[in-house]
Amino acid sequence: MSLLVPSPPVVSPVTDRPGSSLVVKEAHVLDCGVTLGPTTIAYQTYGTLNADRSNAILICHALTGDQYVAEPHPVTGKPGWWETLVGPGKVLDTERYFLICANVLGGCMGSSGPSDINPATGGVWGLSFPVITIADMVREQKHLIDHLGIEQLFCVIGGSMGGMQVLQWATSYPDRVFAAVPIATAARHSAQNIAFHELGRQAIMADPNWCGGNYHESGVRPGRGLAVARMAAHITYLSEQALHRKFGRNLQDRRALTYGFDADFQVENYLRHQGITFVERFDANSYLYITRACDYFDLAAEHGGVLASAFTGTRTRFCVISFTSDWLYPTSESRSVVHALTVAAANVSFVEIETDKGHDAFLLEEPEFHATLRGFLDGCAQHRGLDHP
Amino acid sequence: MSPDRRDAALLAPAPGEIRADLRLVASMIDAGARVLDVGCGDGELLYHLVHTKDVDGRGMELSQSGVNACVRHGLSVIQGDADHDLEAYPSGAFDYAVLSQTLPATRNPRRVVANLVRIGRRAIVSFPNFGHWRVRLDLLLRGRMPMSQLLSTPWYETPNIHLCTIRDFLALCDEDGIAIERSITLDGQGRPFTLNPAGGPANLLAAQGLFLLSRPAR
Repeated sequence: MSLLVPSPPVVSPVTDRPGSSLVVKEAHVLDCGVTLGPTTIAYQTYGTLNADRSNAILICHALTGDQYVAEPHPVTGKPGWWETLVGPGKVLDTERYFLICANVLGGCMGSSGPSDINPATGGVWGLSFPVITIADMVREQKHLIDHLGIEQLFCVIGGSMGGMQVLQWATSYPDRVFAAVPIATAARHSAQNIAFHELGRQAIMADPNWCGGNYHESGVRPGRGLAVARMAAHITYLSEQALHRKFGRNLQDRRALTYGFDADFQVENYLRHQGITFVERFDANSYLYITRACDYFDLAAEHGGVLASAFTGTRTRFCVISFTSDWLYPTSESRSVVHALTVAAANVSFVEIETDKGHDAFLLEEPEFHATLRGFLDGCAQHRGLDHP
Repeated sequence: MSPDRRDAALLAPAPGEIRADLRLVASMIDAGARVLDVGCGDGELLYHLVHTKDVDGRGMELSQSGVNACVRHGLSVIQGDADHDLEAYPSGAFDYAVLSQTLPATRNPRRVVANLVRIGRRAIVSFPNFGHWRVRLDLLLRGRMPMSQLLSTPWYETPNIHLCTIRDFLALCDEDGIAIERSITLDGQGRPFTLNPAGGPANLLAAQGLFLLSRPAR
């Protein structure tokens, strides 16, 4: 057995992707100063937009998520990443709300990103794709919301990097957001967050198959580097207790230690599996660009260093949610968002959910989290005048 | 109706059926006002105000279970405590800031009261009266720390670290230039009775006091 994470096969890009896409014809200036366009936004919708277009919820996906929120993933066949929450009769009720989720700018599931063809050169963008920010992603999403004819989103919701987009939406376009739910997130990336991302990027770039970002042209993929990046990141998504509960020091298909570097422990095997399956569905350069966008995120910096100024005069109703065992985006980060909202006299609710599942808790079955979210949305729906189905 | 929703409906207090002392607090609040309820518990008062008086209500609560219950019922509540988290609120952000029965549990009651009248145009404060005759008798005759309906935990686990009498409270307001616009004396069940709160009998007979305060003139 190989000691290294096996290099996965080169997968041909998915051409037959379910869902819709919008081509934004006008070019737009990104935060980095580069003009990009036309661009493509790949998105999915669930439920029906009501007559006065007041029941739309925009779901913002996390770093490695995509628009397949509540249906089998077209590449892996696995259930949608938020099926615990999205569906008929569920908290994000598809019979009541019109749910939209778009693949972020820089992504690899149909929206414009570094694995696309650069029309100017006819070659794959690779590292010549401009560096993007969370604000750039949100500007792109706004084109989609305009295109769908939605004047005001009932709610913008998302966890982790999705939560950053929620905060960006609420501060860039406050009048377009009735309610905002940033979950397990922060108003800026901490030094620790940046450090973990840098580790992942270095793992990718250290893979000889990365070829300086031009792997598409060489017919190879930096699968090992990307898998290691995923393995490191995956540890940060879990808590020490959760890892221990799940694996302890249990051995993998063996009765004794082998005195070698094969995956003796179940936890090693699990991480390798996480790495390999990730590589099947994700592009290494997209990983570089999207982690960079997170690192550059600092909402206060856009507002003279005072986070509260970002929310001045906001009429959006906020529900900030954190999880006790999340050490990647700890409760203290959510608390500073709440503090800023309080200073701005905003309408804010804040709950910290008790769980040992770490950062990943926002993706999992957490009854208290779901009940709280349902209560918040019901309250908002009442204020917005949305009828119960 | 889904099971979750049914639960929420069962948990939600029916508007109108609230604790007697909270009903009195509610009676002091104008319809449509902006209200901050500090130490709002499971949201009984806020829920009542939002649904019967159309107030723009916010809450702050220390216990996570209380906060979660509030948000589940559609109330805007954050986790926080009166000692640390009131400073963040801008002055005059609310018409009323309410602190019901939590004053003795704060670390710095003087600063908390000052913050309440700063944040709210008016503050409503209620607290158990440590000068009540039963309290006095407990200590005098039994030689034990007093326990009553309002002071229901033994000394070793009570959250109340700054107990005061009605007279003590009036003296503090006087010292800090806080105006008392209305005061109500209540019995152990939270029923009001008429007595001049500044008088000796009130301090002896009232189990709790409820005060409508306004900020000192600057």
